Amino acid sequence: MTIAVAVFPGTNCEMDVVWVLRSLGAEAELAWHRDVDLAGASAVVLPGGFAHGDYLRTGAFARFSPIMAEVERLATAGRPVLGICNGFQILTEAGLLPGAHLANRDLAFICRFVEVEVVDTASVLTAGTQLGQVLRIPLNSYEGNYLDPSGRARLVLRYLEPNPNGAQDGAAAVANTFGNVVGIMPHPERATEALLGSDDGKVLLEAFVRAAVTTPAPAGGARSGVSVV
Amino acid sequence: MRAIVRVTRRPEIADPPGLTTGRALADLGYGEVAGVRIDRVITIELTTVSAADAKRRVEEMCERLLANPVLEDYSVTIEP
Repeated sequence: MTIAVAVFPGTNCEMDVVWVLRSLGAEAELAWHRDVDLAGASAVVLPGGFAHGDYLRTGAFARFSPIMAEVERLATAGRPVLGICNGFQILTEAGLLPGAHLANRDLAFICRFVEVEVVDTASVLTAGTQLGQVLRIPLNSYEGNYLDPSGRARLVLRYLEPNPNGAQDGAAAVANTFGNVVGIMPHPERATEALLGSDDGKVLLEAFVRAAVTTPAPAGGARSGVSVV
Repeated sequence: MRAIVRVTRRPEIADPPGLTTGRALADLGYGEVAGVRIDRVITIELTTVSAADAKRRVEEMCERLLANPVLEDYSVTIEP
């Protein structure tokens, strides 16, 4: 089963994601944002970048791209859906994850390694980790200041150091109730080879690949009427 | 006909650019500045004939795209 890697105009991390997913044994294919059929995909990744130029708000236009109806269908059917950085912002704009993103507290673009701590292992991204495990992953964002006034988001990774961007509860990654939709602000795909300074992102993406292969196909189609959040 | 849309950050939601601008104004000696919020104004030219229709449609645009309901409120003013 294939993992679709969505490409919007302005996405720029798609090849890194495809490279890593394939190196982990998965079939991964790029999917243009105007694709309206992801029938062959068992999971989808929304990679980082600046979809549609980040105009208006990050993710504001991307959520209306034709591919998002398919992303929503997969999410509602319980399939693994991962948004990384800008992909996380798109998932909140689309309402597939609760909350929203603001400019970083100190109005600085943050581009450096950060340490994150696992606080919930019941998600497609953190299923291979231990509670309290510390991972070193690069953060690369200006609008990573996550907040969720509804309190519905499930925190799965938390910044270990003093909060770099002001995110609520130090949220570095959050999941929906079912744990199949996850948004992460740092870039696990950039920490998958020791040569790059860390391979701590591998345990996360390995879990995602495993979930893409093992999540059973939904019986009777999407769970209509069930809120994915 | 023209719509002026004002998108404002909800009072309880932090506004990092506004906070930073407020601090900068204080640093410049404007001690009377008690708070700054940075709003967004969107001007939309319309071919609509009826002001009521224009308002209804633009409010729908706000709900769907122009404002994020998690963070922002909006107001719509229709001008001839």
